[in-house]
Amino acid sequence: MSVDKQTVQKIASLSRIAITDAEADALVPELNNILGWVEQLGEVDCKDVEPMTAVIPNKLRLREDAVTDGDMRDKILKNAPAAEHGFFGVPKVIE
Amino acid sequence: MSNISDLGIAGIRDGLTGGDFTAREVAETFIGRVSAAKPLNAFLVETPDHALAAADVADKAIAAGETLGKMVGVPIGMKDLFCTEGVETTAASGILEGFTPQYESTVSANLFKAGAGMLGKLNMDQFAMGSSNETSAFGNVISPWRRNDGGNTDLAPGGSSGGSAAVVSGRIAPAATGTDTGGSIRQPAAFVGITGFKPTYGRCSRWGTIAFASSLDQAGPMAQDVRDCAIMLEAMAGFDPKDSTSLELPVPDWEAALNSNLAGKKIGIPKEYRVDNMPAEIDALWEQGIAWLKDAGATIVDVSLPHTKYALPAYYIIAPAEASSNLARYDGVRYGSRDLPDGAGLQDMYAATREAGFGAEVKRRIMIGTYVLSAGYYDAYYTQAQKVRTLISQDFEKAWNSCDLLLTPTAPSAAFGLGEKADDPLAMYLNDVFTVPSSLAGLPAMSVPTGLDGQGLPLGLQIIGKALDEQNVFNAGLALEERAGFVAKPEQWW
Repeated sequence: MSVDKQTVQKIASLSRIAITDAEADALVPELNNILGWVEQLGEVDCKDVEPMTAVIPNKLRLREDAVTDGDMRDKILKNAPAAEHGFFGVPKVIE
Repeated sequence: MSNISDLGIAGIRDGLTGGDFTAREVAETFIGRVSAAKPLNAFLVETPDHALAAADVADKAIAAGETLGKMVGVPIGMKDLFCTEGVETTAASGILEGFTPQYESTVSANLFKAGAGMLGKLNMDQFAMGSSNETSAFGNVISPWRRNDGGNTDLAPGGSSGGSAAVVSGRIAPAATGTDTGGSIRQPAAFVGITGFKPTYGRCSRWGTIAFASSLDQAGPMAQDVRDCAIMLEAMAGFDPKDSTSLELPVPDWEAALNSNLAGKKIGIPKEYRVDNMPAEIDALWEQGIAWLKDAGATIVDVSLPHTKYALPAYYIIAPAEASSNLARYDGVRYGSRDLPDGAGLQDMYAATREAGFGAEVKRRIMIGTYVLSAGYYDAYYTQAQKVRTLISQDFEKAWNSCDLLLTPTAPSAAFGLGEKADDPLAMYLNDVFTVPSSLAGLPAMSVPTGLDGQGLPLGLQIIGKALDEQNVFNAGLALEERAGFVAKPEQWW
């Protein structure tokens, strides 16, 4: 499988990364080089092999369904580039 | 008495408890080393006040005869992947410029609880993606080492923990934290002639460590020798309910059980690690390592890890896939930088912010990850890679039927010059050929400096162990260390 310019632009859009036309052109061979290399995995016989889900067997823990922290609005907003009135600020979403 | 700046963790501990010097003197010595080391560009933030405050607490505790923490009075360097409360943390990226965590990562908190102070935050490859420290948004770290050809080519300190490697080898900090996703502790340790240890996945909490690939990321120590790594890992590790993959196990007393007598131990030599184009010097060092381990009492056995060649391509699907998901959080809303072009809506703001804030390698990996997880490609790439990962893990399980540990080189070359591989992502990825398989399997592994090549640059050997068997990895590392007698350090030119 290989990607063309249109696919690169689609991937960039899904990744929410703006790219120029020239960058898309440059990324086509770069990504194809990497994808061509990882494609060798296709030659491994993986019949009846389960995909890895955890490297070290470890049971997922459950805890009591209770509030354990919170009440730190100002700390959470402290690093927001545009916090206002106790909320995260975003540009207008609805026209 | 040797110079304070030559001492590691155990040396500082012994000097402090023996009354040879105070923790304040130690902190001041290394703060001076840090401010003189600016040409290496190893620190992104310097925090001398933190180191001094910890030193004063240590001196009081020593004077009062209190029980001392394992890291008491040791000023360390902190890789900038660890969130540190009130101290800017960027993972060497532009997108997190100005981010000041309101909380402390579990690993850094554990180290401070054990008495360590912090000299500053260390430069690294951006979001830990890189093997040469050239992807940092804040400039390359320059290795303290130079080739013995009389030239002054700037060399890569390795990556991603390049700042950590540079400061420990340059005797600018007695020890530093690292993180290892596919070799980011071990490869830089090998490049600069220090010891680096990646524990079993889950030993060190990931909470508060900026995520790259969560199923692989592990913190570990980078220090002068095996004993120092054991001490520091004891302080870093431990169960943390805030990390769902943290292992609920006690932390062993690895230092106390150090023992370089390997009688009864079987060391496997995986034949698939004899890769094409490996420098003869590295092959010779590997043979020398085999001889040293035999001398320590071990039996050598040949083993096969048949899926080794598929580890790197599997890694370069799995790690970017996880990264593309983890790095979705950098959206210009919650923290870090925001780029809001005139009249832009929310989606345009995301795209502009991420375009401006991420470096080229980070973007490349996010896009690869997005692609392999996208509809229609998920099974062919991602599921297949996770199946291959299972096979790689089973290779190790089978090898443990005939041996206790594995011995391999750490990296396929000595340090290269900055810029020499920067244009070819695939050539750069191959640096991790020996370290990635054990990362995929979550196994403990360490790099021990064992020799110099013809250019006068350090080379390392890697010990890989069974899950949770850090002790035997330390012990075999110690056996190598005692026999290699590696004492070389870089001449100070900075």
